Amino acid sequence: MSEIADSAAQAASPAIASPRTAGVRLKVEQASFAYAATDRSAPKFTLGPTSFEAQQQELVAILGPNASGKSTLLGLLAGLARPLSGRIEVDGTEVSLLDLRTRAQRIALVQQESELLFPLRVWEYVLQGRYPYGRRLRFESAEDCLLAGNALAQVGADALRDRWMDQLSGGEKQRVILARALAQQPSLLLLDEPTQHLDIGGKVELLRRLRRLADESRYTVLVVTHELNLAAEFCDRIVLLHKGKCLRVGTPAEVYEREMLEEVFEAPLEVEMRAGGRPRVILRGNY
Amino acid sequence: MRPLTPRRIAWVCAGLFGVLFVACVISLRLGAYPISVRDIVTTLFQGAIGRWDDIPGGLKSIVWEIRLPRIMLGILVGASLSTAGAGFQALLRNPLADPYVLGVSSGAALGAIVSLIVAPHAAGAIQVAAFIGAAGTIAAVYFLGRRGGQLDSATLLLAGIVAASFLSAIIMFLMTTLSGRDLRGMAFWLMGDLASQPSVNSAWLYLLLLIGAGSIYTTSSDLNLILTGEQEARHLGVNVNRVKLVVYVAASMLTGLAVSVSGAIGYVGLLVPHLMRMMFGTDYRLLIPTSALGGAILIVVADTVARTAVAPTELPVGAMTALVGAPVFIYLMRRRVR
Repeated sequence: MSEIADSAAQAASPAIASPRTAGVRLKVEQASFAYAATDRSAPKFTLGPTSFEAQQQELVAILGPNASGKSTLLGLLAGLARPLSGRIEVDGTEVSLLDLRTRAQRIALVQQESELLFPLRVWEYVLQGRYPYGRRLRFESAEDCLLAGNALAQVGADALRDRWMDQLSGGEKQRVILARALAQQPSLLLLDEPTQHLDIGGKVELLRRLRRLADESRYTVLVVTHELNLAAEFCDRIVLLHKGKCLRVGTPAEVYEREMLEEVFEAPLEVEMRAGGRPRVILRGNY
Repeated sequence: MRPLTPRRIAWVCAGLFGVLFVACVISLRLGAYPISVRDIVTTLFQGAIGRWDDIPGGLKSIVWEIRLPRIMLGILVGASLSTAGAGFQALLRNPLADPYVLGVSSGAALGAIVSLIVAPHAAGAIQVAAFIGAAGTIAAVYFLGRRGGQLDSATLLLAGIVAASFLSAIIMFLMTTLSGRDLRGMAFWLMGDLASQPSVNSAWLYLLLLIGAGSIYTTSSDLNLILTGEQEARHLGVNVNRVKLVVYVAASMLTGLAVSVSGAIGYVGLLVPHLMRMMFGTDYRLLIPTSALGGAILIVVADTVARTAVAPTELPVGAMTALVGAPVFIYLMRRRVR
């Protein structure tokens, strides 16, 4: 499947980004985490010291097999948990020190959406992204509506505005959820396995969209994904995790080494370097 | 895009106030001794401006001492139960949540009965005991309703049903020990009944209603987000734990308040918020006030039917609401399973 993804993405593959001079948006310094062992049935899981930086306009992929600590890392970045040691800074402020609303103004997290209990229109859903900016009962202002409309336009979901959330297709829903995150006007956009329920065309479209958001709208985008080839095509930087350790951080070309990927993903792999410095991973024969 | 404005809330509430007023006038009119609308209006007006001597004696006692207090009690109970229902639905993220279905009303009833046995004459004791009973029950149901750390909709409802029947069994047991007391009256009260006036000053009860419903209302924009997903609400900056605590305490208080004066009237908290959602949408900033008014309307109407349908015999109002509410519950449940 990855091979198909690759060829489909090839057409739009941007040239590899030169090191940017813009300011550091996200700075992770030796951050580590351990789950409190309150639930005895679950193993105590840790994320070893992890360090990396992400600049403005950068698209970063967090890769790793299941249970490698990707979601833990994302949770730390989103400020849902405080790192056991080390620091995580967004725009120069430590994330765990931000109050809830300020945090929501700077960091938006896109997860798989939960089941809606009552029907909701797309525009109502996107307006929720304005919550961190509201006062008391938070009646939405004209400005909020404008920004929500812009967010919908940015993800090409203008036409969905008056549809019901539960009548959208997987790809449409994904875009609307992304629009709500954009309505938060964050500087850091985090996505937790957004490609999971999309077909191959949807995956390419999403990554292309994220690339554009980073390039044109100056977001710093971090995406947790299993799509090695799409990450290699579109991302500036890769953070590779394995068994709760941060194995390597760098450009796709630096991170995609055959022996290491084989060990991490426990599969016979081949890495070939393509024009533009973008590596491609293929499954070797005889598996 | 047409976001909710305070203006729209005001208009909708004014409309519902009008409906409630009409319902009250009709309720004042009907009964063993029918009164014309004109008499009602003049009696109310003259009473309101303090000219009691101008009101014919019979009218004064029927309107001001019998029917109106009962209507006011109905408004109190209906508004409390509906607001509590809307609150529980958000708190438990379960559209079928209702104080009665979840056993919270039974818990409040048990508290009330215990207080009647232990301290029959202490003012306000019954309300406090009912609140404790309600809060204890919802906490128990909440923890029993979890599976693998997650709140499971079906398990939660089962836990509520089991809690309700268990608490009812205790109530039955206590009632058999209450020899010499009016068992029929007690049984009526348990079914939900507005015939007897509360022993405490009802101004206090109204104040509690305002505090409870008001506290839930202050969290309404947070509840909107919690309904779309608790985790997501957290990311958007909602202090989920604080909101849940406020709603938990306030909704328990409202349930205890309603049950302490009228017994366990079922399905109001389920029926009314759903009706209001169908009519005005799911936004809690509009849903809380409309549910309060809608609940008041429903109980006033249901109680009027209950006391006039098979006159001179009275039905418990709880039987009326269950008659309508139970089929609606089944309908909502089946539509969800779909």
